[in-house]
Amino acid sequence: MNKTVNQKAWFLILPVLVLVAFSAVIPLMTVVNYSVQDTFGNNKFFWAGLEWFDEMLHSQRMWDALGRQLIFSAIILAIEVPLGIFVALNMPKKGFWASFCLVLMSLPLLIPWNVVGTIWQIFGRVDIGLLGYFLAKIGVDYNYTQNILDAWITVIVMDVWHWTSLVALLAYAGLQSIPDAYYQAAKIDQASRWAVFRYIELPKMAGVLMIAILLRFMDSFMIYTEPFVVTGGGPGNATTFLSIDLVKMAIGQFDLGPAAAFSLMYNLIVLSICWVFYTVMTQMDKRDGV
Amino acid sequence: MRKRFGINGSTLVMGLYLLFLLLPIYWLLNMSLKTNQEILGGFSLFPQDLTLANYAVILTDPSWYMGYVNSMIYVVMNTVISLAVALPAAYAFSRYHFMGDKHLFFWLLTNRMAPPAVFALPFFQLYSSVGLFDTHIAVALAHCLFNVPLAVWILEGFMRGVPKEIDETAYIDGYSFTRFFTRIFMPLIASGIGVAAFFCFMFSWVELLLSRTLTSVDAKPIAATMTRTVSASGMDWGVLAAAGVLTIVPGALVIYFVRNYIAKGFALGRV
Repeated sequence: MNKTVNQKAWFLILPVLVLVAFSAVIPLMTVVNYSVQDTFGNNKFFWAGLEWFDEMLHSQRMWDALGRQLIFSAIILAIEVPLGIFVALNMPKKGFWASFCLVLMSLPLLIPWNVVGTIWQIFGRVDIGLLGYFLAKIGVDYNYTQNILDAWITVIVMDVWHWTSLVALLAYAGLQSIPDAYYQAAKIDQASRWAVFRYIELPKMAGVLMIAILLRFMDSFMIYTEPFVVTGGGPGNATTFLSIDLVKMAIGQFDLGPAAAFSLMYNLIVLSICWVFYTVMTQMDKRDGV
Repeated sequence: MRKRFGINGSTLVMGLYLLFLLLPIYWLLNMSLKTNQEILGGFSLFPQDLTLANYAVILTDPSWYMGYVNSMIYVVMNTVISLAVALPAAYAFSRYHFMGDKHLFFWLLTNRMAPPAVFALPFFQLYSSVGLFDTHIAVALAHCLFNVPLAVWILEGFMRGVPKEIDETAYIDGYSFTRFFTRIFMPLIASGIGVAAFFCFMFSWVELLLSRTLTSVDAKPIAATMTRTVSASGMDWGVLAAAGVLTIVPGALVIYFVRNYIAKGFALGRV
């Protein structure tokens, strides 16, 4: 759409600007403030410069948490994106069953995150959970509170359960927008199923898949509630991801300086990744002429 | 023959996937209908003696059901605030070029992506210092952090689909901006507003970290109340499960209405 230049449009943006400034800029400035100061209590602060940043950059704890976080996000993307596409390809195209699947698939997305944690905490328990009970029955030694591998598998399966539908829904919406003519042309050319997927469906889904990957990456990168409820970050620190570690540091131990420096670096990482995705997305928009 | 087999394959895949999705939810439902003795006493796929006692506990005890009321209040407040400020902004983004519009749009997106954990402590201090701690409006405002950007993005996506000629015709006919916006434009993007409202509702409903940090008693959300069952003598599994089931209900009720727009909403209006 050809837009006209109109600087007065700023007035329409103003409410959003004020509101978001209040709920984003002010808190962020508080964080910046803490990150360069130190305190001995009594609300007396003094300048600490970049000390905290220096300390955090050399802190094994933060690098470990970042490492775990990256591994977690990578595994999540590697499972959920292909699985989501696969599910979308198998969904009914229209009619009652399409709506039926859509509604049921959206269900996990609407459950409060700590309830998701609770569901899986119960589900995996050996004494009263369906999953844990059956695993124990067939002789698998499964215990997500003690065994690191089991804890990881539980958290990952939980996330797959929770969010794969999102990828599937987006991929499905992408598939719906492909005109029938494309498939007919492919049929005339006697294209294989794989060729149809590779040269028609995948390129047409690229835009929404980009958003799906962006959302899944970001949300898994800041995951807090679900693993916290299920494993509490344990056993040991095995499932302590960035957000969990940050909350522990800021609210649990009240180490404001290091926590603030940590927050800022965390935010910068998110921001830069976000920017890369955004640039790619707008480039794609331009190419498609939307 | 071949085609029929294909349909069966798809049905099988979908069946398995839906089974995977529904089993944990079923288990929660199953537990909520059992007594604690039955839950701990033995393993059964179906409740042996069906009881609604767990639900009765929640629906008769104010400290339980007020959790739902509190959640509802701040979720609705948040949805109203988010939509009210996002509507004009989305209109501006979809219709005009102005200084810094692209940067602003991106900056909004980054707020949707900012980790709530980063904001938990500053929010706590900010709202404590202005005397809003443990009020519904505090949580509602805090959730605007990610809901306003989302609402702007979704609404902008829908508004782009409305041809600009409509605006121009209305202005020529002598409509003022507010009159045009409320009388003509908003009905045109009604479905978009519905979807944006749904998403604000949903993300405010599922969020716990901020709402728990900003409340203690008066505005405590249901999700935070649920942790209470742990400290009571032993673990009250039945009530916990019942509370969990009840948190799923609101989402399940509204989802039917927006089923065809869910993907568009998640795609930030970009399908």
